[in-house]
Amino acid sequence: MSDPNGLIQPGRTAPGFTLPATPDGDLLGPQQFRGRPVVLAFYPADWSPVCGDQMSLYQSAAPVFAQYQAVVLGLSVDSIWSHRAFAESRGIEFPLLADFEPKGEVARSYGAYMSNGEAARALVVLDPAGKVTWSYLSPPDVNPGADGIFDALDQLAADRKVMAG
Amino acid sequence: MSTPLQVTARLRDPVTTDDHIRGPADAAVTIVEYGDFQCQFCGAAYPNLHELLRQRADTVRLVYRYFPIANVHPYAERAAETAEAAGVRGRFWEMHDWLYEHQDQLDPVHLSLGVEQVGLPPDELNAEVENRAHADRVRRDFVGGIRSGVNGTPTLFVNGIRHDGGYDLPDLLTAADAAANA
Repeated sequence: MSDPNGLIQPGRTAPGFTLPATPDGDLLGPQQFRGRPVVLAFYPADWSPVCGDQMSLYQSAAPVFAQYQAVVLGLSVDSIWSHRAFAESRGIEFPLLADFEPKGEVARSYGAYMSNGEAARALVVLDPAGKVTWSYLSPPDVNPGADGIFDALDQLAADRKVMAG
Repeated sequence: MSTPLQVTARLRDPVTTDDHIRGPADAAVTIVEYGDFQCQFCGAAYPNLHELLRQRADTVRLVYRYFPIANVHPYAERAAETAEAAGVRGRFWEMHDWLYEHQDQLDPVHLSLGVEQVGLPPDELNAEVENRAHADRVRRDFVGGIRSGVNGTPTLFVNGIRHDGGYDLPDLLTAADAAANA
């Protein structure tokens, strides 16, 4: 279903990219957040029909992400207009990036693109230098929650402490 | 990173006496629910959990923890803090039941009426909620939930393992009985 080479693995440098984040054409990408952990949350589509959907959940967990100074970026192949309406309806304040044209190019570069034309439900955590420190591919219909992300962020913080010490 | 990390779905915060617990202390099966008072799916699960506790009165107990998804449900946080204000007065479950039985009446005016119906002083509780006196407790539940793999509401943990099945009575009975016989 997903990329035959599979999801990008820990230790690799994360491919750089910028994608539209707003209808005004503002572009965002992980390299703008060097010095902070970045969570890339690829997901199949806006408008999943449950109230506890993955992106809403991550918004509600914003104070916890803030404790790690982590940046959360959602990515799907939906357009910026769909993202904007979706974000407004769910109160989502972190950026949803439109991997829309060329369709799924960024998802492909992370091994997170499915043959049905949607992004996979994949989580990729980047360390402050932009290297992949954890990645996880979830079945498309299973919301992976955030526990794996926070474990990875904890591990990152512990590793940095060891290096500093 | 040397150790591979898994996305797990196990309850990380054990049940303690600080929790809101309904059912026998020595129950073979403990169900921990992470819920949002404004979530329709939690509302749909509520009568089924009630019936489960009635049919398995000797074997199952229910623990309720707050998991308000405030960006989607504007009244959820206030409802949770009001339930906690009732809880410190020993009336948690009465308030919990009122909230799930009146999910279309969670606005501040109706919520005050609900507090009154439960037999508590609305002004006093409102003042506590306004001062965010119970916000830390609600947040503690939420953070524990998100660290345990809560991925929406309701999320149930049956003897510490996330229940990924449905919330209809037969699903719940099956899950509880399986855990009791495990």
